[in-house]
Amino acid sequence: MRAVASYFAALLLGAIAATPAMAQEAPVPPPQQWSWQGPFGTYDLADAQRGFQVYKDVCSNCHSMNNLHYRDLAGIALSEDQIKAIAASVQVPQGLDDQGNPKDGPGTPASMFRAPFANPEAAKAALKVAPPDLSNIINAREGGPDYVYAILNGFTPAPPGFKLAEGSNYNEYFPGHQIAMPQPLHGGDVTFADGAPNTIPAEAHDVVTFLAWAADPHMVQRKQIGWRVVLFLVVMTGLTYAVKRQVWSDVEH
Amino acid sequence: MAGQLHDSDFKNPVIQWIDTRLPIFTMMQKEYAVFPTPKNFNYFWNFGALAVVTLVIMIVTGILLAMSYQPNTELAFDSVQHIMRDVNYGWMIRYIHQNGASMFFIVTYIHIFRGMYYGSYKKPRELLWMLGVVILLLMMATAFMGYVLPWGQMSYWGATVITNLFSAFPIVGHGIVTWLWGGFSVANPTLNRFFALHYLLPFVLVGVVFLHVAALHIVGSNNPLGIDVKSPQDTVPFHPYYTAKDSIGICIFLLIWAIFVFFAPHALSDPNNSIPANPLQTPEDIVPEWYFLPFYAILRSIPNKLAGVCLMFGSILVLFVLPWLDTSPVRSARFRPIYRREIWLLVLAVFGLGICGAHKPEGIWVPLSRLCALYYYLHFLVILPLLGKFERPLPLPESISKAVLRRGGGPLPQGVAAKPMEKA
Repeated sequence: MRAVASYFAALLLGAIAATPAMAQEAPVPPPQQWSWQGPFGTYDLADAQRGFQVYKDVCSNCHSMNNLHYRDLAGIALSEDQIKAIAASVQVPQGLDDQGNPKDGPGTPASMFRAPFANPEAAKAALKVAPPDLSNIINAREGGPDYVYAILNGFTPAPPGFKLAEGSNYNEYFPGHQIAMPQPLHGGDVTFADGAPNTIPAEAHDVVTFLAWAADPHMVQRKQIGWRVVLFLVVMTGLTYAVKRQVWSDVEH
Repeated sequence: MAGQLHDSDFKNPVIQWIDTRLPIFTMMQKEYAVFPTPKNFNYFWNFGALAVVTLVIMIVTGILLAMSYQPNTELAFDSVQHIMRDVNYGWMIRYIHQNGASMFFIVTYIHIFRGMYYGSYKKPRELLWMLGVVILLLMMATAFMGYVLPWGQMSYWGATVITNLFSAFPIVGHGIVTWLWGGFSVANPTLNRFFALHYLLPFVLVGVVFLHVAALHIVGSNNPLGIDVKSPQDTVPFHPYYTAKDSIGICIFLLIWAIFVFFAPHALSDPNNSIPANPLQTPEDIVPEWYFLPFYAILRSIPNKLAGVCLMFGSILVLFVLPWLDTSPVRSARFRPIYRREIWLLVLAVFGLGICGAHKPEGIWVPLSRLCALYYYLHFLVILPLLGKFERPLPLPESISKAVLRRGGGPLPQGVAAKPMEKA
C-alpha cells in the first residue's frame, strides 16, 4: 500500500517539477515592486496621474478604454475642474442630431473615454490588428502589471537569424516574440508637470500604475472593507468558540 | 376530524394561533431544535451546513447580479464591467458570487469525502446519498452555465468545448448539440438560455436539498464511529449543541471566503476571462475552472472522444451505485484498516487528475492522467467490492457513549435529553 502511494506521489512531483521547463517559451516577466501590492497596498496617485497623461498622449492614439468615464478620474484624485477640462478637450459621439445623423460634441465628465476608432473593424482596417481595449488589460494578461511593464520595456532589435514577419516587431516578453504593436514608448514622449523622469522605464511604470487602477478602481475601498470584515469574523469565531465550549461543557463527548 | 386544530406547545399567542393552523413551528422545533443527533460528530459534520449557507448566499448575490446583468452577447461582457465599476458595491456582490462558486465546490467535495470516509452512503442512507449525487450534478450544470454568462474568452470557449462533447454520441449527437446551442454555434440564443437555466437551477437545487435534508431526518445522521444510535445517551438535541458547533465552522468558512473576496478576488480565475469572447480567436489552452479539472483530465486522457465523454460522465454516475459497490458492512473507515489507508490513494488520484487537467495533454501528463483515471475506476469498481470480502474489520464499539467514555474517561455523562434554550 505504502509503496503504491509513494510511487503515485513521486510521479506527481516529478511531473510538477518538469513543467516550467516545458511550458514556457517567452521569458517570465521579472517581478516589479508596485504600490498597490499586499493587503495594505494603495495606488500611488501621483504615479497614476502621470500614467493617465502617458495614456492620453501616447496609448490612446490606438487603444480604447471603453469601460471608463471621465468622471472615474476622480479615483486618481483629479479635481472636478481638471476632469471637466480633460473631457471638454475631446470630441465624443453625442447621439443623433435633428436630421438623424450621428453628432459629435465636446465631452463631459459623464462621457465614456474617447475611443480612437469608431469600432474594432475600423481599427483593424487602419492598423491591420485591432489593438486590445485597455480597461482591463492588467487583469486580462497572465502576469498582470509585471507583464505589461515588461512588454513596454521589452522592445529590442531582433536577434540575428530571427525571422520577423512583415508588420511585426520584436519583443523579448511577448509570447512568440512577434508583436504587432510598434514600440510605443521611447523616453521623453511626455513632459510631466511635476518634473518626474520620463525615461522608458519611468513612463512604463506610471502608465502601468494607471492601468492597474483602471482595471480595479475599487481596490482601496475593497481592502479597507476587507479588514473590517476579517476583524469582525475573527472576533465572531472567538465568541462562537466560547459559546460552543460553554454549551458542550455538560456533555461527555 | 374536520375543523380540528393541531396541538401546539407554543405559549406565544400569535405563534400558537399560526401553529395550530399550520404547524410549521412544531415542525421546526422537532427537526431543528430537539432533533436527536449523535453526540460524537467531528468538524467534518459542519460541511453540510456550510453548503446550505453557501447556497443561500449564492442565490441572494445571484439575484442582485441579475438585476444589472444583460444576457446578450453584445452587452453581457460590458454589463459585468458595469456591475464591477458603476453599480454600488457591485464589485463586492460579484466577487462574493464568483468566488462563492469555488467555495461551494470546496465545501461540497469535503462533504462528499466525509460521506465516503465514514461510510455515510450505506444502508439505510442510500437514497440520501443518491440525492446528494443529484445535487452535485445540478451544481455542476449550474456552475458551468454561470461561468458562460460573463462572456469572456474562457466562457465562450469553455461552453463550445463542453457542449461539443455531446456530439460524440452517435446519430443523435449533433442534433443534441444544435438543440443545446439554439443554432449552429455558441451564440446569443445559447447565452440567453444559459442565463434562464442558471437562474432556474439553483431553485431546483433548493428543492433537492430539501429532499436531501428530509431523507436525513428520517434515517438520522451517521457519525464518525459509523455505528447506529442505540439509546438517548448517544445523542444530544441539535439545538443548541450543533447550532453552536456549526456556527464556529460557518465563521471560519466565511473568514476564508472573505479573504478571497477582499484580498485575492482573482486568485482562482483565468486572466483569459477578462478578455471579451472572440469566436475568431481560440485561446492557447482551454481550461475549465479548477473544480472541473479532475473530470476534464479524465476526458482528455482518452484518445477516443466518445469513450472519454462516457468515462467523464461515468466518474460521477458511478457514485450513484456506490452504496452497492461497497460490500463491507462496516461504515466508518476507523474500523476498516485497509480502506482507511486505501481511500487516501483515491484522494491522491483525484488531486493528480486535477493537476493533469490544468496542463495540456502532452508529455508526462497523458500517462499520469491515465494512471489516475484508471485508479479512480479501480477504486470503485474493483477494490471496494473485493475489500468488503477480504478486509477484517476492527471490533466495533458497543455504543457511541461507551466509545466516548473509553476515550475521554472522566465522570459519567449527565442526562443529555432536551436542554432548554438558555435565555440571555
